[in-house]
Amino acid sequence: MHTELITLDGHIIDSLTLSKVLDMLIASGVDYEIREFRIGKSHDVPSHAEILVIAPDEESLQHALHEVQQHGAVISQKDAALQPAPQDGVFPDGFYSTTNLQTFVRIDGTWIPVERTEMDCGIRVIRTGAGWRAECVPLHWAKQGDLFVVGNAGVRVTPMPRREAESVFHFMGSEVSIEKPKTRIVQAVAHAVRETKLKGQRVLFVGGPAIVHTGAAPYLERIIRSGWIDVLFAGNALATHDIERVLYGTSLGVALETGAPETHGHEHHLRAINTIRAAGGIRQAVEKRILKSGIMHACVVAGVKMVLAGSIRDDGPLPDVITDTVQAQDAMREAIQDVGVALMVATTLHSIATGNLLPASVTTFCIDASADTVIKLTDRGSHQAFGIVTDCAFFMKELATQLCGEE
Amino acid sequence: MTRVLMCPPDYYDLRYEINAWMHLENKPDLPLAVQQWRQLYEQVRQLAQIELVPPAYECPDMVFTANAGLIVEEKAVLLSRFRHPERQPEEPHFRRWFEEHGYTVHTMPENCPFEGEGDILWAGERYLAGYRKRTEMCAHRLAAEYLGCEVLSLELVDDRWYHLDTALFVLDGRTVVYYPGAFDRYARRVIEQHYDALYVIEEEALRFACNSVVIGRTLLMPDSCPLVRSLLERKGYEVIPIPMSEFIKSGGACKCLVMFLER
Repeated sequence: MHTELITLDGHIIDSLTLSKVLDMLIASGVDYEIREFRIGKSHDVPSHAEILVIAPDEESLQHALHEVQQHGAVISQKDAALQPAPQDGVFPDGFYSTTNLQTFVRIDGTWIPVERTEMDCGIRVIRTGAGWRAECVPLHWAKQGDLFVVGNAGVRVTPMPRREAESVFHFMGSEVSIEKPKTRIVQAVAHAVRETKLKGQRVLFVGGPAIVHTGAAPYLERIIRSGWIDVLFAGNALATHDIERVLYGTSLGVALETGAPETHGHEHHLRAINTIRAAGGIRQAVEKRILKSGIMHACVVAGVKMVLAGSIRDDGPLPDVITDTVQAQDAMREAIQDVGVALMVATTLHSIATGNLLPASVTTFCIDASADTVIKLTDRGSHQAFGIVTDCAFFMKELATQLCGEE
Repeated sequence: MTRVLMCPPDYYDLRYEINAWMHLENKPDLPLAVQQWRQLYEQVRQLAQIELVPPAYECPDMVFTANAGLIVEEKAVLLSRFRHPERQPEEPHFRRWFEEHGYTVHTMPENCPFEGEGDILWAGERYLAGYRKRTEMCAHRLAAEYLGCEVLSLELVDDRWYHLDTALFVLDGRTVVYYPGAFDRYARRVIEQHYDALYVIEEEALRFACNSVVIGRTLLMPDSCPLVRSLLERKGYEVIPIPMSEFIKSGGACKCLVMFLER
């Protein structure tokens, strides 16, 4: 939504100016809310109205403002109100709660872009010499005395541009697609990945252990070894089962070649974790040539930035797993800078965690065998996510072919 | 400082067709080729000491010095024995240069084609060698004897990647960057068992991304290979892209134009 607060002052009731301005707003195709209204008690006391103009796009907003300005409406242009954080880890009362859309705040009459766009944060403003900087910060980053934006005044949000009718994204829509040609959709994903790399931006892959269970690990490995992926987010499980696959040929004890459970196979994943713990970590295991292939090996060799975030049901975990969730979130926050496209494959937990951190400008694809995961993500505000309901082995195989060529 | 051998492109031209890239109707733009060669030369000069072998008119491909032979000891070279008669006239010119510069020159027996550094590359504890397109297996065995170390043979299966150095380069003693489609599955297994492997995608392999010169932490790479370039930059290497269009018409690029004069 594009909004602007306007004020009308004077004998706006008797002269029917207020009625006229409101009629004009409606005729211009924009909506409004009356925020404040003081009626002059006598003929010589002026009235005062504050009206929030709400437009679907910047163009209609500017058009409507232009129309009503000619009838005395003044664009109010208030600075954002600032309040200090009362204590570490606490925002001031009435803090502005962010969206994942690009945001500007008005301070000393200047609109300042808010850095590090992230939803469910506060906006901290910092004086820098003569000017100001503003950034989204999560609760735990707030330090007592930091200045935060409170209320809605002086905050402007830029919605995402509409998708062009001929683009693949328009074709896919932003809803969960089940009844769409799948190969065509993977082509669209591959195209987005290529474009991102061409622009010099980074590609983020978020993956769950089903990639290994379904036998799709070699496809992901191929994509990583070819340099397409810059950042990998996963949990203990993806890493463990990948390493189990490399060391024992099984995933959770099931032989990947035959699909049959192996005798004592259930121990393999714990033995794999133990081996890596003994080596000191995944990188060390690669350097010592204990780990000679697999997704984790490929990430180390290709210089991929990995963040492995732990959860309550993890075995081990691997030494590389960050077990403090707040620390893990911060590691993910740091790693998503310059990410232009995110692929989230077969994981609910990590997809939602990542969706919470990404600005809406990041094109996001959520691939899962279950529509629920995809719906959860969009319900939680990651509206930019394209949902693709499909088997992850099919998706990964097709993506590897699209990106790296036929094998 | 690293020493390398290059050959000025004075007589470079396309006068015959002996690989999948060469087409007589698609001749190189010679002034542009000279410009591209000079650009490579200037970049190599920042990183290595360059020796120049004089060009010969009857040898239009002599500019590709990587195919002259292989240094097997500090002052000994194993001279190439070209598969195609078109390139065999290069042999005496290279032989002369090595002899004049104090090298002992070893040669391969007849019927044992060997195309030097084009098909055999140092890779840490051992050498990797290609066969089936230009060099043959017999040459790997003899090279191993001269080198006194292990040589792993890799089968090349696609005519577009006819020398090992068109499909693979060694980044450091333990990391190999290669285009898997150029090799059979045994070769791929050999590479992956012994090295940390990174891949070049087909479209960049077709732009000769694998034909890169690695000197320390710097790579001289044919241009228009952005994916592998960003991959290597992410690993902390400096990648210098060099236009090579006029040499690719003959099936060569940066690495083919440079021979290392040391083991």
